[in-house]
Amino acid sequence: MRACGAGSLGIAASAAATLLAVSSLALAQEHAQWPAPAGDFANTRFSALTDINATNVASLKLNFAFSTGMLRGHEAAPIVTTDTMYIVTPYPNVLLALALDAPGAPLRWKYESLPNASSQGVACCDTVNRGAAYADGRVFFNTLDGQSIAVDARSGKEIWRTHLADINHGESITMAPLVVNGKVLVGNSGGEFGVRGWLTALDAATGKLIWRAYSTGPDSEVLIGPDFKPFYAQDRGQDLGVHSWPPDAWQRGGGTVWGWISYDPELNLIFYGTANPGPWNPDQRPGDNKWTAGIFARNPDTGAAKWFYQMSPHDLYDYDGVNENVLLDLDVGGRQRKVLAHADRNGYLYVIDRATGEVISANAFVHVNTIDKVDLATGRPHYVAEKKPVVGQVVRDICPHAGGGKDWQPSAYSPITRYLYIPHQNLCQDEEAVPANYIAGTPYVGANIKMHAGPGGNRGVFSAWDVAVGRSVWEIKENFPVWSGALATAGGLAFYGTMEGWFKAVDARTGRLLWQFKAGSGIIGQPIAYRGPDGKEYVAVLAGVGGWAGGVVSGDFDTRDASAGNGWGNAMADLPKFTQKGGTLYVFSLP
Amino acid sequence: MSSRCPEIGICLLIALSLTACEREDRRFSEAAAAAKAPDTITQSDLQPGGPTPRATLASPYDDNAYAVSQGKQLFEWFNCSGCHAQGGGAIGPALMDEKWIYGAAPENIFASIVEGRPNGMPSFRGRIPTQQVWQLVGYVRSLSGQVRKDVASSRSDHLFMKKSEQSLPQAPPAPSSPPPQGQ
Repeated sequence: MRACGAGSLGIAASAAATLLAVSSLALAQEHAQWPAPAGDFANTRFSALTDINATNVASLKLNFAFSTGMLRGHEAAPIVTTDTMYIVTPYPNVLLALALDAPGAPLRWKYESLPNASSQGVACCDTVNRGAAYADGRVFFNTLDGQSIAVDARSGKEIWRTHLADINHGESITMAPLVVNGKVLVGNSGGEFGVRGWLTALDAATGKLIWRAYSTGPDSEVLIGPDFKPFYAQDRGQDLGVHSWPPDAWQRGGGTVWGWISYDPELNLIFYGTANPGPWNPDQRPGDNKWTAGIFARNPDTGAAKWFYQMSPHDLYDYDGVNENVLLDLDVGGRQRKVLAHADRNGYLYVIDRATGEVISANAFVHVNTIDKVDLATGRPHYVAEKKPVVGQVVRDICPHAGGGKDWQPSAYSPITRYLYIPHQNLCQDEEAVPANYIAGTPYVGANIKMHAGPGGNRGVFSAWDVAVGRSVWEIKENFPVWSGALATAGGLAFYGTMEGWFKAVDARTGRLLWQFKAGSGIIGQPIAYRGPDGKEYVAVLAGVGGWAGGVVSGDFDTRDASAGNGWGNAMADLPKFTQKGGTLYVFSLP
Repeated sequence: MSSRCPEIGICLLIALSLTACEREDRRFSEAAAAAKAPDTITQSDLQPGGPTPRATLASPYDDNAYAVSQGKQLFEWFNCSGCHAQGGGAIGPALMDEKWIYGAAPENIFASIVEGRPNGMPSFRGRIPTQQVWQLVGYVRSLSGQVRKDVASSRSDHLFMKKSEQSLPQAPPAPSSPPPQGQ
């Protein structure tokens, strides 16, 4: 564990004991690569490299840039092996391999996946892709039209492709796969199209389906069996994925799996969140709507569920549960516990015992007026009655908005500071529930939404959260939602990007701005750090504004309609004055 | 005109009442024009040697406020609004501006709905009756002021999102616009 803390800064290494997923992180440290968007199985997005640090980051310079040739939102993380960087673009999901061992990092090869163009019509929130994953000489990624593809990392030749999702029923895939025990884990998107969510494991060697776990429906299809031991009483019972819905509503009930997966090799469990129930209009689906808006722990080899915890039973606001689960060891009352930290869309940051599913703490990390507390005895949130959406009535100032306290944009955890660095938004909304019609392959929402800035007027925040204490340590206010991922390094730094296009390095302890660079377009990608073949440390990020928050630019909305882009038209009308479209990779190093 | 009408006032009155009739008409059986789908459309303004003569199909409901307001309701019910919002765009492009990717002519809008378009617009062939497609065409045109103000819908009873179709400014269609990447 020494490598975590022992750097030129002389930061005490003792804190490093909080970090788990040692094996995968150790791998990343040894080779200083970045094989998956989160960097490691624990989803820490922590780099142990210290060459670039708080004392010298001010002289960080652009080393090279590379245009992706795409105009839609670039949410992906570049991934890096010994001598190659891989980038998967937004639709049409081109996989680019850059030769890091040649001057200027020219293209080693380019693989065009050629997804069906019609899939753009079922992409709720821009045609994004969140990245590829590398394992055993292969690069795995998903396409918007629902295919999972394996490509030979050296030659760029396709090894297999498996079609998993059906656009004619509203399904797409935007998430980055995770490779665990020779299995490629892939989940669907389409929670705004009345799809039925699932996570699937494919054989990494052949692409053949090994198991599929649905997020709604009978236990046999949710892969709930004798191993299932949820911590809270409300999650025990037969076929709750059927009985917590009106008849048949589970068949189009959402619970998609478009976010992040983490893995604990010791427990041999994966952890991932399920998205919102469909439709948004809650009156059309009385009941707890299991197993949506919660977290599953499963055995990656069989898919068998171990536990489930629902952050938002009978979700009222599109509070998907898909945000990253960061695996840590935490001292709780003098006892080391294996936990996961999860900053949820509902505005609460949960610390959960990842062996049992018990909620240890749940504290609001943003301004929340929809849930006044989470009852730790039952695990249930207490919803504020006057903020419940009602058909034919406008409920004002619901906080957080449908995008949540934080959306997909992943946080980073430093075992040195023990802070979680959370990129997030500060947005509220007015909402009127309306009847939703189910027409397969078309949106199934039932809510008129008009978003606006939360208290203070700044629409975004980058904050450091002390996981052990359960409170914010420092906060940086940003004009626009901070829709990029975060990166923490052993060099005492945290990196993030803004939607105006600033890429920033801040002091990990104080949040003081130490360095910034203005990119050609807004940044919603995930920054990474790696050691290049030349032995130097590099920091890389994709710019290219878009995504749900940036559709005003990438989708050319007419903001005279406040409802454009599901209500973002109102909140983001001024974004086009600050940034334009265009995907570019930026890679930085010390001179 | 004055030779046949003794007084201009009466003439105007007749003219007004005729338009008013059409504006208010709720037909029990639909006019033949609304039952007919366009035969062909043109999507390119580049026609070698100059435009080839062709008949333009009029939008049968451009003067009928009832049909246009029906179109507004159908725009919700067929989930058009799920992708185009209330005209400002979301998954699909905005419909209230001067940009028309696949043509602004009524028959082009009709064809876009029925045939679908390759970058995500679904094909509703066999899903929406022809007459209702024309009602949708009328409403879509009203979003950019292509129908008369007294035909376009007034403010709706929902959460206020935009000026009513009646008070939106007219946005004359520009020559065919490129798609934003996608759509």
